[in-house]
Amino acid sequence: MRTADLVTAAMLMLLGSIVIYDAVRLGVGWGNEGPRSGFFPFWLATIMVVVSLAIFFQALIGRSEKPFVTRERFLPVLKVLAPIAGFVLLTDPPGPWPGLGLYVAGGLYLGFYMRWVGHHSWLSVMALSIAVPLIAFFIFDKWFLVPMPKGPVEAWFGY
Amino acid sequence: MGLENLLLGFQVAITPFNLFIAVIGILLGTIIGVLPGLGGANGVAILLPLTFTMPPTSAIILLTCIYWGALFGGAITSVLFNIPGEPWSVATTFDGYPLAKQGQSGQALTAAFSSSFVGAFFSIVLITFFAPLLAEVALKFGPPEFFAIQLLTFSSFVGLGGGNPLKSLVSILIGFILATVGLDIVTGQLRLTFGFTDLMKGFDFIVAVIGLFGIGEILLSVEEGLKFEGAKTRMNMRVVLDTWKILPRYYRTFVRGSIIGFWMGFKPGGATPASFMSYAFAKRFSKNPERFGKGEIEGIVAPETAAHAAGVAAILPMITLGIPGSPTAAVMLGGLIIWGLQPGPMLFVDNRDFVWGLIASMYTGNVIGVLMVLAFVPFFAAILRVPFAILTPLIVVICAIGAYAVHNSMIDIWYMLIFGVIGYVFKKLDYPIAPLVLALVLGDLAESALRQSLIMSQGSLAVFFTRPIAAVITAAALFFFILPVITPWWRRLRGLPVAEPARPEA
Repeated sequence: MRTADLVTAAMLMLLGSIVIYDAVRLGVGWGNEGPRSGFFPFWLATIMVVVSLAIFFQALIGRSEKPFVTRERFLPVLKVLAPIAGFVLLTDPPGPWPGLGLYVAGGLYLGFYMRWVGHHSWLSVMALSIAVPLIAFFIFDKWFLVPMPKGPVEAWFGY
Repeated sequence: MGLENLLLGFQVAITPFNLFIAVIGILLGTIIGVLPGLGGANGVAILLPLTFTMPPTSAIILLTCIYWGALFGGAITSVLFNIPGEPWSVATTFDGYPLAKQGQSGQALTAAFSSSFVGAFFSIVLITFFAPLLAEVALKFGPPEFFAIQLLTFSSFVGLGGGNPLKSLVSILIGFILATVGLDIVTGQLRLTFGFTDLMKGFDFIVAVIGLFGIGEILLSVEEGLKFEGAKTRMNMRVVLDTWKILPRYYRTFVRGSIIGFWMGFKPGGATPASFMSYAFAKRFSKNPERFGKGEIEGIVAPETAAHAAGVAAILPMITLGIPGSPTAAVMLGGLIIWGLQPGPMLFVDNRDFVWGLIASMYTGNVIGVLMVLAFVPFFAAILRVPFAILTPLIVVICAIGAYAVHNSMIDIWYMLIFGVIGYVFKKLDYPIAPLVLALVLGDLAESALRQSLIMSQGSLAVFFTRPIAAVITAAALFFFILPVITPWWRRLRGLPVAEPARPEA
């Protein structure tokens, strides 16, 4: 817990410093007709650096035996987080690669997770990972006219 | 004068379309409240993009009804599954789950819903009368007063929020800093973008809410190893009527809970402490306090009345001052801006049918809500019997859809993921999340209020102390900011033990 607290406070101080750097570039003083752009962020970040420093020392003095998270409790968290990251990656990979779109990636993610974690039968995995994106497509793209990102599969169907 | 406005409101709220919207909202809201990882705030956030094409009044009715539904739904998970669906339902589990274990779940749920309704109704009546008065006062406010109110809002997180005040302060600052990223509307300069085009649009609070409250909550509940072992529900007309016969006995608890809830609720972060406070009071004044925690109806009545009263009261500062009292109200405030309305006292002048339609819909929404949850408890409870391996990805996909729909932008799905991880880490380290969200929503308003005030005063901070109303509010805000410093001294002075901090998170 203590290490995590120290690292977080340090990162917040770093973040604050970056903000101060940019605020100074923008000007923190009085401009032609009022405070310059950097004025508000500058003071926010300055207070944040000071307060984070206080939290840092608070954590340094304080003793906390409780670990941030134990290995056996963190494993299930990773088992949830990794597939979510995979789903986001499939929807929209960084760089020049085209994504699969939200519906297809969502279906794949749902199916994968059901099979991997829930050990559901292949039949229900297939049924749900096709039905859920389809229903979502009709609700959002058709009914509410909120278009979702689409990939090659939707293009193949003519959307 | 209030009554004819209210009648005008009812004419708006009771149109068939708006009643239909209310039913849909309650249904969705209750489902959202029942599901872990989908609370009122991010439920409203996810569905906000769907309202962009609606008339504003119908849109706000949908969102507020989702909120009422979520408030009701939280009680179902607390009583039947011993899992607080929302932080303010924690106190409901103390007596709700034991009752359910004893086969009295129908009684417990009826008590919970009825108390919620009473608390809500009390707050709505007060809002009906106080909102126009408060708006009238607020119409005289200038930028210094508005900035002072913002200070007061955030100071109460630091001074009254419980937990580590320094960490609350950092959360607020992070929210404000994130709000400044992107284009500065006053000077037209790009701030904190460091040359990345993706940062030019800034961070949208809706995406932050979905990530912090949605994904973060899922990660946290997985770590805590939640298992849904539900108690059976037996709910029928007879149980409801029998429970209603005993409820009037607790009229003192109802009144106390409503007052505590309303008082705590229109300040930010109030619902959770209000529910605990109401529970503690009920226990202290009870003739048989030893029965609390073992399945006492009064132990459900007290927190539910207060939580729902507080939840409703959070709407009051949103419509009158443009300052939301809770994260959910913050998301709704964002909605107002998106629909092209200016939140704040001018609503009562320029958009009377909107405001009064909203207030009237609070009556209709809560009546529809209590009837629907009473009638369909088994259906809502069945949702939690959907296997975890299906529920989790479903919620994640819905969150992603909501995040993307805000700006039709891919980067927002990535932000959602990042905010999810931040939300998980922050919750573990006791950095409260609600103030961050509120600061992100209010950032632009706060900054322009500050800048305008400083322009008025030629750069002198004295402007917050020389104008009488601003001075009082600023002084109160400063008091709350230093409250965490004074409290330990005060306690030592009086020979009291230094209290452990109250439950964090609102």
